[in-house]
Amino acid sequence: MLRDIGFESFDGLFAHIPEEVKVRELHIPEGLSEMEALEQVEELAERNRRFRRIFRGAGAYDHYIPAIVKSVTSKEEFVTAYTPYQAEISQGVLQSIFEYQTMICELTGMEASNASVYDGGTAAAEAVAMCRDRKRQTALISGAVDPQVLRVIRTYCHGSGADVVVVPEREGATDVEALKTLLAENSAACLYIQYPNFYGVIEDAELLGSLAHEAGAKFIMGCNPIALALLKTPGECGADIAVGEGQPLGLGLNFGGPYLGFMAASDKMVRKLPGRIVGETVDSEGRRAFVLTLQAREQHIRREKASSNICSNEALCALTAAVYLSAMGERGLKECAQLCLSKAHYLQRQLEGAGFRLKYDRPFFHEFVTVSEKDTGTVLKALEERGILGGLPLGDHKMLWCATEKNSRGDIERVAAIVKEA
Amino acid sequence: MKLIFERGHEGQGCTVLPEPDVPEFHLETPGRELPLRLPHVSENEISRHYTELAGEVHGVNSGFYPLGSCTMKYNPKVNEVAAALPGFTGIHPLQPVGTVQGCLDVLKRAQELLCEITGMDDMTMQPAAGAHGEFTGLLLIKAYHESRGDKKRTKIIVPDSAHGTNPASAVMAGFEVVNIPSGADGCVDLDKLREAVGDDTAGLMLTNPNTVGLFDRNILEITSIVHKAGGLNYYDGANLNAIMGIARPGDMGFDVVHINLHKTFSTPHGGGGPGSGPVGCKAFLSDFLPGPQPVWDGDDLTLAMPPRSIGSVRTFYGNFLVVVKALTYIMILGRSGVADAARNAVLNANYMMRRLRDIYHMAFDDVCMHEFVMSLENMKHDWDVSAMDVAKALLDYGIHPPTMYFPLIVHEALMVEPTETESRETLDEAIAVFREIYELSQSDPERLRAAPSRTSIGRPDEVQAARKPVLRYAFPDGWK
Repeated sequence: MLRDIGFESFDGLFAHIPEEVKVRELHIPEGLSEMEALEQVEELAERNRRFRRIFRGAGAYDHYIPAIVKSVTSKEEFVTAYTPYQAEISQGVLQSIFEYQTMICELTGMEASNASVYDGGTAAAEAVAMCRDRKRQTALISGAVDPQVLRVIRTYCHGSGADVVVVPEREGATDVEALKTLLAENSAACLYIQYPNFYGVIEDAELLGSLAHEAGAKFIMGCNPIALALLKTPGECGADIAVGEGQPLGLGLNFGGPYLGFMAASDKMVRKLPGRIVGETVDSEGRRAFVLTLQAREQHIRREKASSNICSNEALCALTAAVYLSAMGERGLKECAQLCLSKAHYLQRQLEGAGFRLKYDRPFFHEFVTVSEKDTGTVLKALEERGILGGLPLGDHKMLWCATEKNSRGDIERVAAIVKEA
Repeated sequence: MKLIFERGHEGQGCTVLPEPDVPEFHLETPGRELPLRLPHVSENEISRHYTELAGEVHGVNSGFYPLGSCTMKYNPKVNEVAAALPGFTGIHPLQPVGTVQGCLDVLKRAQELLCEITGMDDMTMQPAAGAHGEFTGLLLIKAYHESRGDKKRTKIIVPDSAHGTNPASAVMAGFEVVNIPSGADGCVDLDKLREAVGDDTAGLMLTNPNTVGLFDRNILEITSIVHKAGGLNYYDGANLNAIMGIARPGDMGFDVVHINLHKTFSTPHGGGGPGSGPVGCKAFLSDFLPGPQPVWDGDDLTLAMPPRSIGSVRTFYGNFLVVVKALTYIMILGRSGVADAARNAVLNANYMMRRLRDIYHMAFDDVCMHEFVMSLENMKHDWDVSAMDVAKALLDYGIHPPTMYFPLIVHEALMVEPTETESRETLDEAIAVFREIYELSQSDPERLRAAPSRTSIGRPDEVQAARKPVLRYAFPDGWK
């Protein structure tokens, strides 16, 4: 082949590369067979401890994934396609995203969704960026949000030069009085809260949103998607933008990724949404067709004036969420949310009986904080020895617990018994 | 094709969860009153629905996919097996570090291999895509200048041939963009670069091989001009597939580099993600990397924030399973396989280019790297056949079109990247198709303008889609 096109050796193809930058020897191991490589990777996987019983959330949740989900998302066409630029041979991907967008709108009660961003943290940061304008440069972030998400927001805002002001947390929720003061002092671009918040508490979103709006700030809610099956939706709470971590919708724990950032907004803010958006139209014969649309927002058209730099997002994870929501349906998702709620409250009462008091006396969904005199390290070790991943230690004898539909009554009672003895 | 909301009926669905085994708890806070209109379909219907949708998708497994700049190489199946191991998928990201040594080792090994391939000293695996990596890398450059109290360095230089993400990322990182025109040969115009640099230069973003598929032979001069002006050099790794194992950005004078694991390192693109965009840097930038980072603590790995970290660009540690796939790929390629992949990618591109250049006009008729750009300006002028028409005609032959209308500096551009995983047979077939389409553009241009005709839909009305956006299903009244 080389000779057929007039070259004697590969060197001729790389003649433009200066000799001084050419690699003499790459210091990496020689290649392995497929069998050997897989064996080595399996050994790496085996060096992890996989907990069969997980009572920890804090941004990553252990839910049951229906078998159909993996079956659909392993289809090679979905796995190996690129972004659907060529609509005529990408209707399958485009329609699946359109269906996903519809489901996210239904979950959140919002009017428009994008095709996804990287994760819940970047979804929050992008939402904050959507709200900024020349007169309003300050983002107010509730102190009761996931500290990791806060760090991502800070990192993004440092980039763009926006100010971040944290609204203090009081008794496990956003401090309403402090918020009023901060809204009066700053011409804030937005208020971001988490719902339920990092401590599991269901914030009074309607009140917080109305305070933000009275001060002319936009209201962003970072939501747990499973909880939205039961809770008042962001749309009903008056949110301008609803975002969140979509991992609970059929994605594994995956040591933190790939995950899924979902973003939905009111119609008024659609043109500020970052990333891909799929729209319905017709083809040359008048048939229903789907395309990537509103591309005038995007980097490949607008370059430095784009609403964001994002292009690759998490399309296959969005597909995963759509299949999950189809398999669960309204009934299944509500059952799942109800099970999470009931089991978390059952766990809380059992732990109370074992001497772990509820730290914040507020309504919660499937996470809550306890305090006890016991050393959290000892408690967690005792659980770990029995194959159980306990709550996340928060310091000062506090622990953040989570229960999902996967935790049986027997497991919950076992946890309580173990921590009581520890 | 029916939408999933148009299938099934009320009462249908899957049952996957058990009956409650604890007392039911009811919240006193107000609940949602809005209906929750999710699909009501059986598992069988879900399976058939998505099988039908998958039939309307062209993936790398379906056929040739020479989408320039996207490196649509074959995605080895062993990668998928490796990433699906329960010892990875079932691991909570906030487990005690002692229980996740395997995961941390995956991250560490991938970092070390990719550092060696790019000539960098340290790396973060946190960015989830190429553009995300660009943003991260630019924040490193910003943090470096800030740490030296050098506040006036606010400008990033970007050639006009760059990907749109470059200027967009620079703005997100708080920089002002200085666009410089490319020379007639598609490479950086050294004089224009010298004029552009100064004590306000934070850095230069460059893709090399560049977006016209040429290796910029002045690369050492370019990076030196920027360094002498006090700026840093950022390497956009979109085209790393052409040179991996052959030359390293770190040896060309680059200080920061991002890599697209979903391009160069064979992880599938998923119809638009998840990708992974690790960012490598020279040692003097290491302290600024985002975290938490896996670091050695004696014989064990632990997680820590670098001392002067820019923060986190997403939650946790990146698209971990994508890293598992890329690691598996590199382990199999090994020392010689990495360079062999690049050589064959470049060979395939030159082979195609040389078998087409007698009829198609090459924007830069030189030895190309892993991709080449054709300009169809003459065909547009002579027969009113556009790059779009040729692209759409290719659809009827089962070939995914090349990248269209990019780079912006070439009119009626088609950018072709065959990749190393295509056989000579496939290339010959594609060459024959391109030649046939060229013939048709003279003999039957109307047919090309009406293409495609064999796909499930014809050309969609994009203007209507943007003018009257319909972004979700309009449920009919009484939908059940």
